[in-house]
Amino acid sequence: MNGSDSRRVTDDLLRPLMRTSWRFYVLVLLFGSAVAAGLTAWAMQMYLGFGITGIRWPVYWGFYVTSFVFWIGISHAGTLISAILRLVNAGWRRPVTRCAEVITVFALMIGAMFPIIHLGRPWLAFWLFPYPSERMIWPNFRSPLVWDFFAINTYLTGSVLFLFLPMIPDLAVVRDRSTGLRRRIYGLLALGWRGTPKQWHRLETAMQIMAIAILPVAVSVHTIVSFDFSMAPVPMWQSTIFGPYFVAGAIFSGIAALIIAMAVLRRFLHLERYLLPLHFENLGKLLLVMALLWGYFVFNERLVTYYGNKTAEMQVFWQTQRNAFAPLFWTMVVCNFAVPLVLMGIRRFRTITGTVVASIGVVVGMWLERFLIIVPSLGHKYLPYSFGTYRPQPVEIVIALATFAAMALLFVLFAKVVPILSIWELKAGGAPGGHTGGATAETPEHALGKAPS
Amino acid sequence: MAADLDRCTGCGACVTACHAENNISTVGPEQAALGRAKHWIRVERYWEGEFPDVRLKFRPVMCQQCGNAPCEPVCPTYASHHTADGLNAQVYNRCIGTRYCANACPYNVRFFDFYNPTWDKPLHLQLNPDVSLREVGVMEKCTFCVQRIKAAQIQAKADERELADGEIQPACAQACPARALVFGDLDDPESGVSRLSRSPRGTTLLEDLGTQPSVTYLPRQSRA
Repeated sequence: MNGSDSRRVTDDLLRPLMRTSWRFYVLVLLFGSAVAAGLTAWAMQMYLGFGITGIRWPVYWGFYVTSFVFWIGISHAGTLISAILRLVNAGWRRPVTRCAEVITVFALMIGAMFPIIHLGRPWLAFWLFPYPSERMIWPNFRSPLVWDFFAINTYLTGSVLFLFLPMIPDLAVVRDRSTGLRRRIYGLLALGWRGTPKQWHRLETAMQIMAIAILPVAVSVHTIVSFDFSMAPVPMWQSTIFGPYFVAGAIFSGIAALIIAMAVLRRFLHLERYLLPLHFENLGKLLLVMALLWGYFVFNERLVTYYGNKTAEMQVFWQTQRNAFAPLFWTMVVCNFAVPLVLMGIRRFRTITGTVVASIGVVVGMWLERFLIIVPSLGHKYLPYSFGTYRPQPVEIVIALATFAAMALLFVLFAKVVPILSIWELKAGGAPGGHTGGATAETPEHALGKAPS
Repeated sequence: MAADLDRCTGCGACVTACHAENNISTVGPEQAALGRAKHWIRVERYWEGEFPDVRLKFRPVMCQQCGNAPCEPVCPTYASHHTADGLNAQVYNRCIGTRYCANACPYNVRFFDFYNPTWDKPLHLQLNPDVSLREVGVMEKCTFCVQRIKAAQIQAKADERELADGEIQPACAQACPARALVFGDLDDPESGVSRLSRSPRGTTLLEDLGTQPSVTYLPRQSRA
C-alpha cells in the first residue's frame, strides 16, 4: 500500500467521526426514543407492580429471561469469531473483528440488564455482589444465578479489554488528527501511544494473550447460562446436552447478528470497498456449519427425550411437537435449519442479500428457541393440576423490542466516536487490494521493520 | 404431616383457614383467573373414568417441606433455606424475587407477590399479628404455620416440659372436619404422624425426584 492509499483508508474510515450528517441525528432520535419507551415501561413495572407483566403461576419466567439468554448468546459473536480468526491468523478477518467485538460488549451490557429487570425487587439486586455486609451474609454460591453473575462479569471485563486493546492505535490516529478538547479526550484514551516498536510488540503480545484467554471464558459463560435451566429438576430442562447446545446456539446467533450489523454498516457508512462479498461468503459458511451443529443438537435432544419416554418429559415434548407450541417450534426449525441450510448450502445464494436473509431468520429462530426452552417446560411441570401457560403483556413486549433499539443506538454512537473498522489492521493486511509497505508509523510491520504478512 | 386421601372430602376448609391464619392477600377475580391466586394449600381434583362412571379424587397439596429441597440451592440470596428443625423457611426480607425457587419446585407450591397485599373488606380487619405481611416482588409459601410451632415450643420451654403430640396444629389441620390432615413430629416414632407415615399405604408425592418430602399421602382405597 502506498502513501496515498494509506491516507485514503484513514480518510474513509475516519469520515463518520469527523463529519456528522443529519442521518446520524435522525437515527439517534429514533433509537433513543425507543430506548426511552423501554425505560418508561420498566419504571411503570416498578411503580405499578410486577403484575402488569404476563408472568403468572406456574410460568414464572417469560420474555425477560428469554431476552437475557438471547442477548448473552448474541454476545458470542465477537470473541469467538474474532479470537479464533486472530489465532489462526485468517487474513480476511481484519475488517470484521472490531465490529464483532463491539457487538459482544453491547450485547452483554444489554443481556446483563435482564436479570435485574426481571427481579421482583430490582432495587435489591446488589445483594448478588459478594460484599462484606455487617451481618456477614454472603450470596449463595450454590446458586446458578450467582455463577451467572461472576461469569457475565468476567466475560464483560475480558471482552471490554479485548475490544479496547486493538483500538489503541486507532485512537491515537484520531488524536493526531483532531484539536482542542477532542484531542485531549482521545489522547487520554490512546494511553500515550506513539507507535514505537516496543509498544507494538507489547500490544501484539497482549492481544495474543487476550485472544487465548477469552475463548474458555466465552465457552464457560454460556454453559453457565445453560446451568440456570439444567440444574433445576424441570422436565426437558435437566439435560446434560444444554451446555454445548447453548454455546453452539450462542455462536450461531452471534454470527447472524454480525452479518446483519456488517450489512447495515456497509450500506450506511459506504464501506463497500472494505466489507467485500468475500467476507459475507466466509461468514455465511460459518453460519452453515453452525446451522448443522444446531440441528444436530436439537435432533439429539428430542430423540433422547422421545426414547426415554418419561411421563413428565413427554408432556412437554408433545406440547412443542404437536400441541400449543408446535407452530412456534416448527417456525424455529425452518428459521434455524431449513432456511440457512438452503441459502448457505448453495453457493449461488451465499451473496450479501442471501446471508442477511438467512441471518434474520436465525436471529428470529434463536429467540424462539430460548422461549421454547423456558415456557413450555414451566407450564407443564409434573402435576397436571398445576399446568398453566403464559401470555406476554405490552410492558414485556416493549422492553424486549427496546433492547434491539438499544443495540442499534449503542452501535450508532460507537461508530460515531471510534472507527468501526480497524484502520491499522486493515493497513497491516494491505486491504483493500495489495500492499507495498506502510508509509506511516500507523502499522506494526513498518515500526517493527518486518515484512507485512 | 400426613394426608389421608380416603378422608379428604375436598371441602376447602383448609384453604380458607390457611388464608386467614397466614395473612394471604386476596387478589380478586381477574387476577385469580390469570392464575395469581396464592393458595398455600390447594385441593387438587382429578377425575378417573368417563362420565357418568367417574370417580373424583382430592389431594390437598401444600409445600412438602422437602428434606432435599430443589428450591434451596437455586436461591442466590439464601431467602429459601433449611432450618435446623427441617423446615424450608422463606425469608421474605431477604428475597429479591428471581422466582427461581418457584421454577425449581416440582410441586408448584410457591407463589409470587405481583402487587402489594390488599384484602376485600372486611377481611382487612382480621389480620394475624403473628404473621408478617409480604410486599410486592417476593415469593411466599406454606410455612407449616411456623408461628404456631414457635409459640408452642416457647410455651413448653416456659412450662419446663416436653411438647405433647398433637399440641401443634397448623391452621389447615385444625380446620379439617374429616381429620384428613395430621401434623406432628416425624422424629418421634410414637407420634400419630409417624405411625401414619409408616403405613403400608404411605407414599410421597413425586417420590422418584428424590426430594424427600415431609408430607406422607395415604392414597385413596375405598371405591365409593
